[in-house]
Amino acid sequence: MAHTEQLVTALNMTEHDEFYAELLRAHDGMSDEESQAFNARLILVLANHIGNSEVLKQALLAAR
Amino acid sequence: MSRYDYQPFDYTTPPELSGKTAEFYPVAIIGAGPVGLSAAIDLALHGVRSVVLDDNDVVSVGSRAICWAKRTLEIFDRLGVGERMVEKGVTWKVGRLFHRDREVYSFDLQQQAGHKMPAFINLQQYHVEQYLVERCADFPDLIDLRWKNKVTGIEQDNSTVKLHVSTPDGDYDLEAGFAVACDGARSPVRSMLGLSFEGTHFDERFLIADVEMKADFPSERWFWFEPPFHSGQSALLHKQPDNIYRIDLQLGADADAQEESRPERVVARIKAMMGDRPFELDWVSVYSFQCARLERFVHGRIVFAGDAAHVVSPFGARGGNGGIQDIDNLCWKLARIIKFQVPTDLLETYNTERVEAADENLSNSARATSFMTPKSAMEKRFQEAALKLAGNVEFARALVNSGRLSLPCSYTGAHERCEPEQSWPECARPGAPAQDAPLGDDWLLSRTGTNFCLLFFGQPIPDSKELPDGVVVLEVEASDSVRQRYLGDEALAVYLLRPDQHIAGRWTQYSMADVTRAMSAAVTENRENFDGTH
Repeated sequence: MAHTEQLVTALNMTEHDEFYAELLRAHDGMSDEESQAFNARLILVLANHIGNSEVLKQALLAAR
Repeated sequence: MSRYDYQPFDYTTPPELSGKTAEFYPVAIIGAGPVGLSAAIDLALHGVRSVVLDDNDVVSVGSRAICWAKRTLEIFDRLGVGERMVEKGVTWKVGRLFHRDREVYSFDLQQQAGHKMPAFINLQQYHVEQYLVERCADFPDLIDLRWKNKVTGIEQDNSTVKLHVSTPDGDYDLEAGFAVACDGARSPVRSMLGLSFEGTHFDERFLIADVEMKADFPSERWFWFEPPFHSGQSALLHKQPDNIYRIDLQLGADADAQEESRPERVVARIKAMMGDRPFELDWVSVYSFQCARLERFVHGRIVFAGDAAHVVSPFGARGGNGGIQDIDNLCWKLARIIKFQVPTDLLETYNTERVEAADENLSNSARATSFMTPKSAMEKRFQEAALKLAGNVEFARALVNSGRLSLPCSYTGAHERCEPEQSWPECARPGAPAQDAPLGDDWLLSRTGTNFCLLFFGQPIPDSKELPDGVVVLEVEASDSVRQRYLGDEALAVYLLRPDQHIAGRWTQYSMADVTRAMSAAVTENRENFDGTH
């Protein structure tokens, strides 16, 4: 049995301040509704990249 | 008016009411729909006599269940009606999914050759029932089909089920060893036993219409989210035989069923979809649905199958297919109990396995329903996100859910687990239905018979005194499809199939002891690996 993969909760981003700024910038000029739709797509794209269902379950809990 | 020419079946006064001796029936089947009729034929093939009681005298009014999946067609083939159904039906394997006015993606359900049966056919339920009724006539001594015989009461003790039956000539009582209730989603037998039918009801209303028209649409399943021709959430177009097309339009939760059923109203909606092409309405129904099941499918000597046991949303074609697969699982067990006095506990394996299958179908159909009918702004947003992404990135196509099409259940309470170090193909794990493959100029699944069956790959069939009594034996030559479906990287294999063609065990070398153990495990309710509820 392979060990269960764990959600990374320590800092893992190489350029975290830059990412945060880019995330905000991506929403520039969007209405609230457009921003929400963008976020939904982003969640799906990132979730697919993560892939592992155990990690995704932990992510759903961590975000609560 | 319907294009199908409904011919009522003859009612005849039952022997109980015409002064003849009342007979005892090993099995009474309640309901002559696809599920009940299949049960009668399957039992007859095992040499078991049954009486089929139906309150009506015609086949299904309306096309109702139209999509029959490969596994179900293999079962129908075993029952002797599969080829006829495929010949009449519209074979399809490609589905296309549209969002608004653009095609998002298409899928092909059967990319591999080497199966006798296609991935799917569309065939109206009335044709399916007609063929099954005609097949029943091949067993005049084993199947007693009684039309306009309505079961109005049922009781049981530990050896007999007693049925009270009403006919145009009056009422009578009938005794049977077992009763199989195949009396549909509103099962009167379920109510007579006072059994609760728990699940989720969906408010969303759908319009279903069969139209007759000349069109050259390919034999594919077309599904739209937010179609340009219809203000609702979704639409489905499916081709049936006789130039009939099935159209399914989502109407929303507030739609008025009566108003929406008015022909003028329906015609206007279809014109919006089909343009100026002439068509005739053949059948219309406005429906909502629920996902629900009985807690248990076996109640003493009364067994539930098909919609009487479980109902699902229509998306995925898991209702009719699930019902026929119930029968496939049930009848060889009933036959063993009746003919070989195997303890009735064997029915418990029907309960365990088909409850597991029903839960798989229920969860697939509930997930499709929740994708198709978003309940909040947030759910709508994720649906939009998946649809929008699906046109650009591959992974998102998998998230778009217009119904996960019926696949047979691989029972997890597999009887003999294979040695883990072997690289067997996953599709042939114990519990799974055996995959078809060419066998000489015939097909593997056409040759497995009505008993347990041993398949020998890469090794000769042992001497008959080395084989358990009565098993069917087949030597299978390794072809590409056989390697892919049964051997993986192994050169040798022995597979044991149950009478319903589900795999009961697999080994590299034949041993009579292993096989005998697996056969007895397959007829014993002892599933330590399965944590299903009882």
